[in-house]
Amino acid sequence: MSTTLFRTIQPNHFTLLTTALLRTRTKTSRHISVRCQTSTTTQQPRTSAPKNHGSNKLDEILKDYEAVIGIETHVQLSTSTKAFCSCPNSYGSHPNTSICPVCMGLPGALPVLSSKVVDFGVRLGLALNCSLSLKSKFDRKQYFYPDLPKGYQISQFDVPIASGGYVDVDIPLEFGGGHRRFGITRVHMEEDAGKLLHSDAGDYSQAMIVDLNRAGVPLLEIVSEPDMRSGVEAAEYGSEMQRIVRYLGVSNGNMQEGSLRCDVNISIRPIGQAEFGTKVEIKNLNAFSAMSRAIDYEITRQALLYNQGQADKIVTETRLWDEGAQKTVTMRKKEGLADYRYFPEPDLPEVILTQEYVDSIRASLPELPEAKRRRYEAMGLGIQDVLFLANDVSVAEYFDEVIGKGADVKSAANWLMSDIAAYLKNEELSISDVKLTPHELAELIAAIKDETISGKIGKQILFELLAKGGTVQGMIKEKDLITDPVEIEKVIMKVISESPKQLEQYRSGKTKLQGFFAGQVMKMSKGKANPALLNKILLEKLNAKE
Amino acid sequence: MKDEFGGFLIEREHISCLQIRVLFFWVDGSVWKMQLRQDAAGASTSTKLLSPSEGFGLLLFSGLDLTVSLLIISYLLPPQSLPLNPISRRKVSPPIYFSGVPPELILVIQLKLEVNIPLAMLSTLQPPRSLTLLPFRRFHGSKTIASLASSSPTLDASSVSPPQSQILTTRRSLLSGETTASEIAKSYLSRIRLTEPQLKCFLHVSENVLKEAQEIDQRISRGEEVGPLAGVVIGVKDNICTEGMPSTAASRILEHYRPPFDATAVKKIKEMGGIVVGKTNMDEFGMGSTTEASAFQVTANPWDLTRVPGGSSGGSAAAVAARQCMVSLGSDTGGSVRQPASFCGVVGLKPTYGRVSRFGLMAYASSLDVIGCFGSTVADAGMLLHAVSGYDRFDSTSSKQDVPEFDTQFLSMDSFESKPLKGVRVGLIRETLEEGVDSGVRSATQEAASHLEALGCVVTEVSLPSFSLGLPAYYVIASSESSSNLSRYDGVRYGNQVMADELNKLYECSRGQGFGGEVKMRILMGTYALSAGYYDAYYKRAQQVRTLIRKDFKAALDHNDILISPAAPSAAYKIGEKKDDPLAMYAGDIMTVNVNLAGLPAIEKLLKVGHIFEQTLKGSDFVPPTLPNVA
Repeated sequence: MSTTLFRTIQPNHFTLLTTALLRTRTKTSRHISVRCQTSTTTQQPRTSAPKNHGSNKLDEILKDYEAVIGIETHVQLSTSTKAFCSCPNSYGSHPNTSICPVCMGLPGALPVLSSKVVDFGVRLGLALNCSLSLKSKFDRKQYFYPDLPKGYQISQFDVPIASGGYVDVDIPLEFGGGHRRFGITRVHMEEDAGKLLHSDAGDYSQAMIVDLNRAGVPLLEIVSEPDMRSGVEAAEYGSEMQRIVRYLGVSNGNMQEGSLRCDVNISIRPIGQAEFGTKVEIKNLNAFSAMSRAIDYEITRQALLYNQGQADKIVTETRLWDEGAQKTVTMRKKEGLADYRYFPEPDLPEVILTQEYVDSIRASLPELPEAKRRRYEAMGLGIQDVLFLANDVSVAEYFDEVIGKGADVKSAANWLMSDIAAYLKNEELSISDVKLTPHELAELIAAIKDETISGKIGKQILFELLAKGGTVQGMIKEKDLITDPVEIEKVIMKVISESPKQLEQYRSGKTKLQGFFAGQVMKMSKGKANPALLNKILLEKLNAKE
Repeated sequence: MKDEFGGFLIEREHISCLQIRVLFFWVDGSVWKMQLRQDAAGASTSTKLLSPSEGFGLLLFSGLDLTVSLLIISYLLPPQSLPLNPISRRKVSPPIYFSGVPPELILVIQLKLEVNIPLAMLSTLQPPRSLTLLPFRRFHGSKTIASLASSSPTLDASSVSPPQSQILTTRRSLLSGETTASEIAKSYLSRIRLTEPQLKCFLHVSENVLKEAQEIDQRISRGEEVGPLAGVVIGVKDNICTEGMPSTAASRILEHYRPPFDATAVKKIKEMGGIVVGKTNMDEFGMGSTTEASAFQVTANPWDLTRVPGGSSGGSAAAVAARQCMVSLGSDTGGSVRQPASFCGVVGLKPTYGRVSRFGLMAYASSLDVIGCFGSTVADAGMLLHAVSGYDRFDSTSSKQDVPEFDTQFLSMDSFESKPLKGVRVGLIRETLEEGVDSGVRSATQEAASHLEALGCVVTEVSLPSFSLGLPAYYVIASSESSSNLSRYDGVRYGNQVMADELNKLYECSRGQGFGGEVKMRILMGTYALSAGYYDAYYKRAQQVRTLIRKDFKAALDHNDILISPAAPSAAYKIGEKKDDPLAMYAGDIMTVNVNLAGLPAIEKLLKVGHIFEQTLKGSDFVPPTLPNVA
């Protein structure tokens, strides 16, 4: 912004320029302070609740209520084409470039289901421990909106492809830890709608632009049972969904791009009450942390209304999470139940699955996050390590490969969690970007373990391998490390012969001098001698009776 | 010098010699050519009437001054048929001009009064008296299984030769060099120009017909292979997408809409060399039984201009009946091919659901819609069906079953035995001949049955107990599906959009102004039937009825090879007669909807029976009147 000012304002209006710059600066700093506030609230979610209540009092109130939370998750599938046409399914293309008569809903165009969508649906259904419908069908969900080209969405209504499953999650230690199981009501296939872009051309006409690139992109909708009770549980459920779809390779699970979207349904009720309270939906949650905060805010809001005898102010509505203000705001009230006039899609035949097909997919499923976590746990890793390693499928795969090469489990976990994780964070890379192969990491761990190299040298080698690649052996050679006992012995003999006085003192009992000899040898070998070998041979030579 | 002028080719050549040729197109497809010649000196004048076997031609004036030619044409034709008329007929008073033209032209002018007669004949089916004296031979007879439109007596049955396939005739004459595709195309175009003002079968006539015909001629002259439909002039119902041609389903909401792709059926036709001559009129989105529900024009029945051609494929049926095209594509959701075929006296073929790809057919009721075929003979309709049939990966409801060869079913009459249909079991559906069916329809159907018996069929009555349930079930299903299928016409991406300040207004106005009354009514009915709380009572129950009907048909077909019934309870009624009584119009669909609900029929045997029936038909009541063969 300031550069623009420099360009447009004449240099001779110097005073004016300074004021302008100043104003800019103030603005910037104010902006920064806003952001600081935001990040503070991130760490302490409860403080964002209505302010006139003390934290203790609030906790008192919250104690009497129970939240009931269910989540609808939309997963955009990473198929190469859209669900019902052969348009490429690519994020971020120029508006309306990946469209065809089918996804534009032109007259006479018909949908043809991509088998990949069924494939992914079955995979996810199995991963979520659901029972599959060997015979399911598509239905039309009808409503008018400019981003919906056909005036209906092709979805599955009464016979979803999968239903009645569950998912197991581990709550991180910092949130109290523990293991939870949440029910999955159903998984069904459907298509995404387009996007509305509001023209910000600056003219007075409020043009609405419809981008249909996303229209027809395949989705799987996962509906959970109302089993979650807190923001943390909900966020952990969401993360587990993200892990599962990434493990399965059915979606990139990216929340920023909208590949994974969670809508939360939440109601609260006084503890002990059997029936549910009024349900409120929260949308626009583009991070799990936001989800957790939004839910906690909403629980507090509703509990306070209950507590103040204003429970009738809790109405069936859709609320948006406002990240800036850290609160939920009304988006639209739902007047009665929307009637989507579902009926079977006559353009698509039923989806028939054979048992062999299902079995073959079941057989091809990768190890899932929960199984991985339990396996790592059984290997003796702590829950922190387990959660870290199993969180990212590529990290987990990397780890598995490393230990597959025989590397020590604990060391491998430590390297991955500390130095490698730090490196990835600094360089903004993912594990798949690094040049260090799992094989070489295993080699490195082995080399340190058998003391071919020191831990210090090992760390040096690690960072070089991460950045440049190569092999541990090559690196040792390159660094001219002396690992040959004969070579080391030569240096030792030289040092000993050059320090007869110290040798005498040593042999007369001043064994502390071993450090002196070792230092001399290291100095002479320019730090390249293998320390373990060095000490071993040195000791032999020093103690050798002549 | 050649000058193309609104489809009429006006030639000026040999100024030294005046030559006037006039072509007359007869409703049955025959053409007479009249030629008048005058040499430069005006000394010798010849007038020749050429026989129809000379082939087709174009209304053509040679050697005349352009203005005079136009003037003559303008007199020959009713005013609205003169397209793009730069010389307004009203501007110049004809008598002044005629005072200076040679007597031969007067003769033309006298003839012109009679050129109008073939047009009038479309309704009367009587030839102009003056021409009955001229050498004339019937080219084709118009007769079909279900033709019930006429009850005029046949003059001389023995002179009637069985109708010939126009597709095969065209192919023969093209390959033998007898005629050219361009000639044929010109003659059809000309015929369209002549008859359209009265009939209004077409919503759009292609500009590329001659060009496409010339390409075929070039290929033939180069000795290249041409497709089985080469040079065949085909009309396509306006709800079937054609690239580069408007496709509106006769609705204002799609006025001027040109799809970017061809429907699979159209693509197949084009690949086989067929020439799409234009888009035929219909009831808006196929919703209607008279073609009166078109947003643009009302098509007349070529047999009687005061009557409806049926619908919704009324334009396609009437165009074939009037020989504006050889064959045509229609669509059938609840009888929209069979009923207009019956009203217009042509062959209509509604194939099994899924036999022809629906890709590119604007959906009305997706689970019932099929693309069907019209022809003036069973063989033509069958061959067109064969051309467009088959699995299509763009339509998941299309059938993967192989398309059988139909050709073997169309044997020539010489090969018929005395009882060519011996042993074929024919079921006459009892419920289609009960109360509410016109006595004429009943007797015609029974006569057809007797004819089949004479051919060796075993005709028995069968009963479909669920028959009467079909109509209400059909209207529930069709309206429900249409309410969904027509949601896409929202004015957002294509079609007519009404500018509005807010979204709901845009929808309301675009759809409110774009859809006609019948369409709105069915959308409302369907929306209601699908609403929460009503779904089970209406849509779900209708689907159960559907299963019941399918079972009944299956049982009936277990005992019979084919089933026959009239296509409508009455012959064509007057335009406007049922316009204000939709229930009466809906009731007319009772004969046809059950077949859609059941997804029938099986085609092979049906085609064979139909063909033999047609070829052996003699002196039956419903053959249109013909002329004595004087020559």
